[in-house]
Amino acid sequence: MNDLFNDFFANQNPEYIKIWQNSVVGIAGVGGLGSNIAISLTRAGIGKLILADPDTVSNSNLSRQQYFLNQVGLPKVAALKDNLMNISPFTLVNPYPLKITPVNLSMIFGKIDILIEALDDADQKQMLIENWQELYPEKYIIGASGIAGVGKNELIHTEQIGTLFLIGDGISEIEDGVYPTAARVAVVANMQANLCLELLLQKGN
Amino acid sequence: MLTITVNGQEIPWEEGMTIRNILNKMNYSFRMLVIKVNDKVVKKEDWDSFQVPPGADVKVIHLISGG
Repeated sequence: MNDLFNDFFANQNPEYIKIWQNSVVGIAGVGGLGSNIAISLTRAGIGKLILADPDTVSNSNLSRQQYFLNQVGLPKVAALKDNLMNISPFTLVNPYPLKITPVNLSMIFGKIDILIEALDDADQKQMLIENWQELYPEKYIIGASGIAGVGKNELIHTEQIGTLFLIGDGISEIEDGVYPTAARVAVVANMQANLCLELLLQKGN
Repeated sequence: MLTITVNGQEIPWEEGMTIRNILNKMNYSFRMLVIKVNDKVVKKEDWDSFQVPPGADVKVIHLISGG
């Protein structure tokens, strides 16, 4: 195990790995954003991920979410945990197959360093951000807003309002004629993951 | 004249001004928003009652579905 650890992170900064291994990150929603975020954070060496999502994997998810044909029908958090464990034994994964509510929010995510909002519906995003910022105003939360469509890399940006960060183009809603596509969803997801890793280094766990 | 700042834009402050008044005044019609006043979240249920103090820094953040 120790040899594997040294090999796995052989071309990584050991100081960074130490910090990331000591970090706990929550991911609210493991669809297109959350499944991509979880994979990048696992490869980076985050010590523990808390995943929450009530959905099961469907055929239509495979166009952009990090699941496989033989996982259709499984709870997403369980399927994602399997995929993450196939990547690395150095990230512990706690799966919660639950819809997040103001009531269960602190039970699920109370012990994390950073929360990543990767939910689908705007009203759910609002519920999570409002309640999280009220409960834990000092903890970072990284959300996404405006991910649909193709191309337009130049419109995707990060906005910071205190401890709240939002990544996306701020305009592209999923509606008739505008669809979430694999590449653009993964770009936003990995910008969220990239910012999370950077903030953890600044925090220096 | 007392003022507040809304997404970087300075507007006159009025006695008893609420979040709802500000959204109407600014013509913000987005469906889903998060509001922060002086970096503290004001929840949607309080938009009609929360009184914005003079000099406040108000941020209106637009949330879009997709995840």
